[in-house]
Amino acid sequence: MVASATLAQQANSSRARPNVGHFTLPNGLEVVVIPDRRAPVVTHMVWYKVGAADETPGKSGLAHFLEHLLFKGTAKNPAGRFSKEVAAVGGQENAFTSQDYTGYYQRVARENLKAMMEFEADRMTGLVLTDAQVLPELKVVLEEHNQRVANNPRARLSEQIDAALYLNHPYGRPIIGWRQEIEKLNREEALAFYKRFYTPNNAVLVIAGDVSTEEVRALADETYGKVPKVAEIGPRMRPQEPTPVAARRLTLSDPRVAQPSMHRAYLVPSAATAKPGEAEALEVLAFILGHGNTSRMYRNLVEERSLAVGAGGWYSGSALDMTQFGLYGSPKPGVELQQLEDAIDAVIDNVVANGVTAEEVERATNRLIAESVYAQDNQATMARWYGAALTQGSSVERVQSWPDRIRAVKAEAVHAAAKAYLDKRRSVTGYLIKDTAPREEKRS
Amino acid sequence: MIRSLRHLIVVAAVFAAAVLAQPVQIQSAHATNIERVTSPGGIEAWLVRDTSLPLIALNFSFLGGANEDPEGKAGTGYMVSSMLDEGAGPLDSRGFHQQLEENAVELRFSVTHDYFQGSIKLLRERQDQSFELLRLALNEAKFEDAATARVASQILAALRRETTDPGSIAGRTWWNTAFAGHPYARPNNGTLTSVPTITGQDQKDYARRVFTRAHLKVAAVGDIDAAGLGKVLDRVFGALPASGELRSVPNAAPREVGRRIVSQLNVPQAVIRLGGVGIPRKDPDFMAAYLVNHILGGGSFTSRLYDEVREKRGLAYGVYSYLLNLRHTSMFMASTQTSADQTREALELIELEIRRMVDEGPTDAELAKAKAYLKGAYALNFDTSTKIASMLLQIQLDDLGIDYINRRSAIIDAVTIEDARRAAKRLASGGVLTTVVGQPKNLASREPGG
Repeated sequence: MVASATLAQQANSSRARPNVGHFTLPNGLEVVVIPDRRAPVVTHMVWYKVGAADETPGKSGLAHFLEHLLFKGTAKNPAGRFSKEVAAVGGQENAFTSQDYTGYYQRVARENLKAMMEFEADRMTGLVLTDAQVLPELKVVLEEHNQRVANNPRARLSEQIDAALYLNHPYGRPIIGWRQEIEKLNREEALAFYKRFYTPNNAVLVIAGDVSTEEVRALADETYGKVPKVAEIGPRMRPQEPTPVAARRLTLSDPRVAQPSMHRAYLVPSAATAKPGEAEALEVLAFILGHGNTSRMYRNLVEERSLAVGAGGWYSGSALDMTQFGLYGSPKPGVELQQLEDAIDAVIDNVVANGVTAEEVERATNRLIAESVYAQDNQATMARWYGAALTQGSSVERVQSWPDRIRAVKAEAVHAAAKAYLDKRRSVTGYLIKDTAPREEKRS
Repeated sequence: MIRSLRHLIVVAAVFAAAVLAQPVQIQSAHATNIERVTSPGGIEAWLVRDTSLPLIALNFSFLGGANEDPEGKAGTGYMVSSMLDEGAGPLDSRGFHQQLEENAVELRFSVTHDYFQGSIKLLRERQDQSFELLRLALNEAKFEDAATARVASQILAALRRETTDPGSIAGRTWWNTAFAGHPYARPNNGTLTSVPTITGQDQKDYARRVFTRAHLKVAAVGDIDAAGLGKVLDRVFGALPASGELRSVPNAAPREVGRRIVSQLNVPQAVIRLGGVGIPRKDPDFMAAYLVNHILGGGSFTSRLYDEVREKRGLAYGVYSYLLNLRHTSMFMASTQTSADQTREALELIELEIRRMVDEGPTDAELAKAKAYLKGAYALNFDTSTKIASMLLQIQLDDLGIDYINRRSAIIDAVTIEDARRAAKRLASGGVLTTVVGQPKNLASREPGG
């Protein structure tokens, strides 16, 4: 594997690390600047360190609902003005909510950056809501729930697996919320949540593109710098998971399942909670086991044994608290899910017993490291990397050292991670099958 | 897959921009410096050289696409697109994938109605090995039986999923009906009955007929100069046949406009898709129509449909309209998803807004804003190598000229309110064919004029 080693070094040496700027304003707003001067365009993002996992029990969906409501205007900029301004300059805008963060962004020509910063700074603390705006938006969110979850059997299974995996941590609740709780969300709760979490000292501003750190510093002072800190933010302490002791299984049957599948999630450390080197080892393990057509799972289940039409695995390392390592497979017609699961178990048992080879680690790390070169081609991707890292307990330095940390992963560490975490007691196994029961109305 | 759900990022708004079939538009110093490169062997490509990152992106397309699928074998081109990395030249399937991984190459093939397309993104230091993989795939793919069976089983699994997916059903019904008897009626990825009949020989025949130099367009971006690109072009594409016999595909307009087809499916939210006649890409009114569509239902949070259907009434998460231009037809389309009890209301609202736009056209203020949007937004398509490569390819396919990026703003500015009103009247003239899938209340199928 000499050739691959060369690739790793080349990828490293040519990884012109962008000259990332990083500073904090007096009001506590953290700022990251990622210059990419190739096109006269900027990506402007504000990330709040609040997500679905920070909601009060019983109010699931509130963080996401509030994200929608941030488009409803302020005293200074009434509803629609911000979006009209973005459209007027040909910009793109949107927003997103995860378990750990809520983000807002615009992509515009560089000369419009200051206007975007003024609008975004204004809605950091200036939101005004009326029921006339809130009620239709709640309907929009319920339609979004229909579109993402209710209409989609695999999304429904995923919700059930999350709920079964997390016995105590709020990651067990869907980001979009449980439907009966979404239906009851209201203006007062949204505003209270906003006042609690939306403040410069709980946010990260990320600007990538045709701009320098010095330019951003001046613009940030003039705009976000004037926003007062309006809330004190304590440490993010969510109820944590007990040590898992029992494997869990569930089956979701839905009449719309035309192709059955099997999914498993293990509770594992995230980049933020892992011991040094452990998250990187899990990343490499997931790649070797489950990434693409060269992975162990694909080769064994799809190519060699012809049991599955698809199979793979993943590790979701980006999370503030304990996260998931996932496996999945879709059987060929005539193959039972149990038969497929047994075969997947054999692949897992093998890696737990025997570990992985140095060659496999070499290939996986090379490919993972190449991602950091490709990512630099896309300012929006870079902005997302930094924003997600800084709202999930990581740092600018750790984002930049990621390729080196991946390169340092050894086969022994990958084996150790497999032994420690691919333990069925830490897992939920979910089957998605066709519901063939006759439908009838029952009134019992 | 479930992975994407674990990474669920719940987004606040519609993704209309993603479905715009036309190149969205912008200004960029970076992208305006396009070189027309001709290889020693006579193969042409457009190049934007950018040495700031050690990578190269190359996109290409062959005329043909799914239109070239043999009769009764819909999905042949699609299967070829999935088989090119399943073994080629000296490499078996496993060897080929291993080479892709070791060289960190991103190699993709896809099929539209009209084109077979490919893209490769690679590290400069690995360009020799990486382009060799592309050469092998296009010139020496094996199409072996075992791989064909494996890939067919994967395509069939996806097709089975589509049979209960409301969006897929709505789309298939629409195309089957609007283009009955025309190649556009056939799904690009085939059907449950056609896919099992596609053999290795069918795929070889397809590749030989479609992968020819006469029907090739190429765009490249990144750390490679004209001479280097010339060598790559000859190496990768030089041994392909000079030309090949393609079928003659007739021009067509969507049929059955005025008809509504409601298909029952047990889902809480119904999918609505409607479409009628659009405006050809080369028509003098195209840009006017593009602006009009942007005002009606284009990809921002300010369109009339967004405002009426989502913002004011909360009837849907996403609602949008778009112009779809294929080589042999031009369409105006709209789509949304909404609960069963308000499907009728949402559909009537969309119909009303289309009629209002057709009858009255946009206002002066709307037109001015739409112009500013389309001019400003173009630049956002030129901030990554892959996006630039895909724009350069699309401009070639649309035959707009290598100076189009520089001319585009003037074309937009030249559109008058009279142009816009005239173009609006041409949208969906004759009516729309509507497909609805779900359990909509008080909404039944309807024949034209019914």
